[in-house]
Amino acid sequence: MFNTNSNSAAALIPQINLPPVSLRRRLTDHAMTSVAALTVLVVLLPLFAIFTYLIYKGIGSINLAFLTQTPKPVGEPGGGMANAIVGSMVILSIASVLGVPLGIGAGIFLSEYGRNRSGDIVRFVSDVLNGVPSIVIGIVAYGLVVMRQKHFSALAGGVALAIMMIPTIARTTEQMLLLVPQATREAAYGLGVSRWRTTLSITLRTAASGVITGVMLAFARVAGETAPLLFTAFGNQFWNWKTDQPTAALSLQIFTYAISPFDEWHRQAWAGALVLIVLIVGAVAAVRLAVRHGTLSGA
Amino acid sequence: MSNQALPRPRFNAPAPERETKAALKVEARTTPLLHGKVSEIPDVVFAWTMRLCGLAVVTLLGTIVYQLVVGSQLSWHAFGWKFFGQSDWNPVSDQYGALPFMYGTIVSSLLSLVIAIPLSLGVAVFITEMCPVSLRGILSFSTELLAAIPSVVYGLWAIFIMVPLLREYVQPFLAKTLGWTGLFSGPPYGIGMLAAGIILAIMIIPIISSITREVLTVVPQHQREAVLALGATRWEMIRMGVLRNARAGIVGAIILGLGRALGETMAVTMVIGNRPEIAKSLFAPGYTMASVLANEFTEATGDLYLSALIEIGLALFFVTIVVNALARLMVWSVTRGQSARSLA
Repeated sequence: MFNTNSNSAAALIPQINLPPVSLRRRLTDHAMTSVAALTVLVVLLPLFAIFTYLIYKGIGSINLAFLTQTPKPVGEPGGGMANAIVGSMVILSIASVLGVPLGIGAGIFLSEYGRNRSGDIVRFVSDVLNGVPSIVIGIVAYGLVVMRQKHFSALAGGVALAIMMIPTIARTTEQMLLLVPQATREAAYGLGVSRWRTTLSITLRTAASGVITGVMLAFARVAGETAPLLFTAFGNQFWNWKTDQPTAALSLQIFTYAISPFDEWHRQAWAGALVLIVLIVGAVAAVRLAVRHGTLSGA
Repeated sequence: MSNQALPRPRFNAPAPERETKAALKVEARTTPLLHGKVSEIPDVVFAWTMRLCGLAVVTLLGTIVYQLVVGSQLSWHAFGWKFFGQSDWNPVSDQYGALPFMYGTIVSSLLSLVIAIPLSLGVAVFITEMCPVSLRGILSFSTELLAAIPSVVYGLWAIFIMVPLLREYVQPFLAKTLGWTGLFSGPPYGIGMLAAGIILAIMIIPIISSITREVLTVVPQHQREAVLALGATRWEMIRMGVLRNARAGIVGAIILGLGRALGETMAVTMVIGNRPEIAKSLFAPGYTMASVLANEFTEATGDLYLSALIEIGLALFFVTIVVNALARLMVWSVTRGQSARSLA
């Protein structure tokens, strides 16, 4: 097989005759490939089913009344979730006002001042906070706000959701700021720009689109949350504009209607779920577009 | 990382000529930005504000622990460790034991893992190793879309679509074929432990599969090539060259999924049946720690009742923290080790 006497280059390459791959091994290979492809189908099936049913059952129940009226008492047809849609927006606004600046601040700390032991602690704690079940956050917000105010409120719901947003925003902001090259910062320092100004106007602005995407991810994650609102915002069948009163939320309303025994409410739960998903996707898409067109990035 | 062929920046520039006072003056005048002395105060204030934000994150965790510990004192003093060992849950006679809820949480989570592990590993392996590149993007996007659906929407779908299917087709079939094990006996309500396990599985598949994918992609390419060069088929390459190398990371991904399943509330509450019983059959209704909080917290009238619920919350908190910390360490041990090696 290996001719040492020959001088030609081709003969120097050893000729190895591998035995053909046995039928059993080839069949196993094909079988496992098919099994893996099958798992993908099985996993995508519920995704497909959920969206199909959501659109199929939801669209029929969405009408003007659903979007403009408050819930009707049991038995009366019609009514809608207008107060819940607005309530969700109020609670999410409170959560964003509280959570976004704190989260971004913590992210700046982690990337610009936290390449040390104290930063490691904050990093670990945010990862831990990310894993805390949302219902437990609800208990904490209940103890912090509801117990003091003596009643359920939009504020308590906002605090609960803010607590959930902060660790996510902090970690994504950190990762985005770390992507900004050190030379960019040094260029600013070289021009005599102070450190705080560099961080805000150069580093943060360069990473703006990534940071905003992180904020939107956190927002989308909490927008559909129900568990922490159960005993903070509590829900409400009527209009309420005060942030210290029980407030309706879309996700709470879906939950209440879904476990009720009434067909009319079931229909509305589907409609509410569709509106919730559309609102979440819409909010994320709107901010993405705004970032792309430079309105928010200040470019 | 540095390439010897590239010209290196020169740091040994020719020594500057002797500076005169005049030259220094000229330089000072031509650099207006450095003219006035920059105040250090805003810098210090900014740095400390950011440090406070970082501190706030730590304070948050402290607050959570404090609230839960203080809130559960009453129940802790009344029951002690017995709280986790007895299965009596009776608000009327003020007797509280968390055993049925712990049982429900553990069984539903383990059941979801049994379903989710093979499926999510299959998805991860298919997307990273087998599928054509053109499909890769859309498939990973779709599986991640599953993670974006709110829990309550999963619950809604489970109640109205999945549970009737289970009741009509799946449960009678399981009872007929596997009824002898005792795990699938009793009346097929649809609602119950099995439904909770399935909906949890659907919810944790995106987490496990996306982290597994991350872990698989950091397995060095030469591992795959080495196994292929020995004449392995593609599946043998995946089994010996990829999965074996990524073992610790995959286990970490699974434990992260477990952490999510343990704390998941709404979808489970909507389909598990909410009855504090310990039953062997998976068809029977159950109750989880998160569900009992969701259902009874606002209705807890007595102080001891509320305190017992908060103690369940505390237990749930500690279990998820431990599980998550363990998982993070395992994922890090794979992805970090890799990035350290690629730098060398």
